[in-house]
Amino acid sequence: MPSPAIEIENLSKEYPYGFLNLKKRRSLENLTMQVDSGEIFGFLGPNGAGKSTTIKLLMRLIFPTSGTARILGKSIEDVSMHQSLGYLPEQPYFYDYLTAAELLDYFARFHNLTAVDRHERIEKLLKKVGLETARKIQLRKYSKGMLQRVGLAQAILHDPQVVVLDEPMSGLDPLGRREVRDIILELKKQGRTVLFSTHILSDAEMLCDRVGVIVGGKLRGTGTPGEMVGMQSHGMEILFELTDPGQTFPLLGKATKTGERYRVQTPESELYPCLEELRDANARILSVVQIKPTLEEFFMNLVESDRAQAAAVEVSGR
Amino acid sequence: MRNVWTVATNTFREAVRDRVLYNLVFFALLMIGAAILVGQISIGIEQSVIISLGLTAISVIGIFIAVFIGVGLVSKEMDKRTLYALLAKPVERWQFLVGKFAGLAMTLTVNTAAMTVGLYLALLTVKHPLAGSDWQLLLAVYLILLKLALIVALAMLFSCFTSPFLAILFTVGIYVAGLFAGELRTMQAVNLTPGTMSAFRAISYVLPNFENFNVMGMVAHSRPVPLAVVWQGTAYAVLYGVLVLAAAALVFSRRNLK
Repeated sequence: MPSPAIEIENLSKEYPYGFLNLKKRRSLENLTMQVDSGEIFGFLGPNGAGKSTTIKLLMRLIFPTSGTARILGKSIEDVSMHQSLGYLPEQPYFYDYLTAAELLDYFARFHNLTAVDRHERIEKLLKKVGLETARKIQLRKYSKGMLQRVGLAQAILHDPQVVVLDEPMSGLDPLGRREVRDIILELKKQGRTVLFSTHILSDAEMLCDRVGVIVGGKLRGTGTPGEMVGMQSHGMEILFELTDPGQTFPLLGKATKTGERYRVQTPESELYPCLEELRDANARILSVVQIKPTLEEFFMNLVESDRAQAAAVEVSGR
Repeated sequence: MRNVWTVATNTFREAVRDRVLYNLVFFALLMIGAAILVGQISIGIEQSVIISLGLTAISVIGIFIAVFIGVGLVSKEMDKRTLYALLAKPVERWQFLVGKFAGLAMTLTVNTAAMTVGLYLALLTVKHPLAGSDWQLLLAVYLILLKLALIVALAMLFSCFTSPFLAILFTVGIYVAGLFAGELRTMQAVNLTPGTMSAFRAISYVLPNFENFNVMGMVAHSRPVPLAVVWQGTAYAVLYGVLVLAAAALVFSRRNLK
């Protein structure tokens, strides 16, 4: 069984607000989950769901109201844990008076790297993120996408065991997104653990070994992308052709015709009666497949049910 | 210590690249103007006028830098979120704070050193050669630097828990009150009750006594500066500064970033 790289137990975060900060807003509620060593874990959720809050808690940028978390077996309070951890903040912003090479050199110094080591790694990484020609330009002249690339470079500069990326694809063009995907996959090949948050579901579906969906500060489930969408089957779809084009039978009335082929959708419980009807009609069955929602549909259902629930609470509160 | 040094040198680099040291041009112009004018408007007290003007300018320019950049040391990093990537490195928050303090202290030292050279050059135009006692100017500058370091520490403390605007107000307020700490301690007023007098005395001991660092009058009039004033000022600045920085580190260590 793989050992967990990140363990989160009952992590909650409340923010005070209002006059004298007497009211509390809960942005994360009893989050318990773990990310195994060597896996790519996608943290999905709409804006304000609690993704960045969780990541900031892990990075000790904010402090939990309750709960604990460990990374590589060490408490997140232990600063030495950051030697093996890389982090890309959401919409990163860096010292704009520095060049990319200077910034990376600055950050590398905190990881006890020798001057030769620092130089070699910086050169390698600038090339990897496609910034070798812009290495001597001050960051104040960088575009958002370029800053994102510098951010990614500083996150993996010291060869960390665990890499946490907050919205790594944000601000990138399709080429940049592909490059980031490649880097994430390369990290996995090297045995690193990657936790990244995103709301671009196709990226998560493509990259992740497992995903966790968070909505309204609550974790709604974790699993492989397949498991997540497989939990909710939308029924079965049968594709068939008629041997005698003139024949009619009840199921044909429900089918959609495309060319010579007919497609019919039915609940799983009614699959066998349908198949029997088709056999009796001497139809040629081409395929029977389970209709699964995409990760996006699954995600949207969760978000919508959460909104409906919140609206119901608000109405009953009045 | 290496982490502190790394943050400090980067803070110094930021100040240089953000053209903080450009204030030296203003100081140079002031000193040149003073050197030209002083000979015409003062007879026999040129040296005293140049020294007073020069030390006052060093102090005022330094205070501006200490307050405005000192407040921004932490708050700017929080506002711009440049701190996020840094705190995800193996860096303790107190190391960041002390590093920022040391970086600005380095900047102020370089700035003050350059202004001191300018002041000596201006002095040379009215008094040639310099007398043996003129080295005392360095003691005055050293005490000004201690004062500036203390102001930076206060500015950082306030910026750790309040907005930059309020932090500036608090720092300037404490500085002005601190100039009168001595008076507050020895104040004899007929209308005040003994309780109020005790309260004033207690406040005067809590406030940083910035008069401890003022030997401008002695230096301007070529009176010897007692060494006790220098070491007492040093001990006071170190002790008070460490306490203020420790308080700032305590507040900052539990501060939630945006």
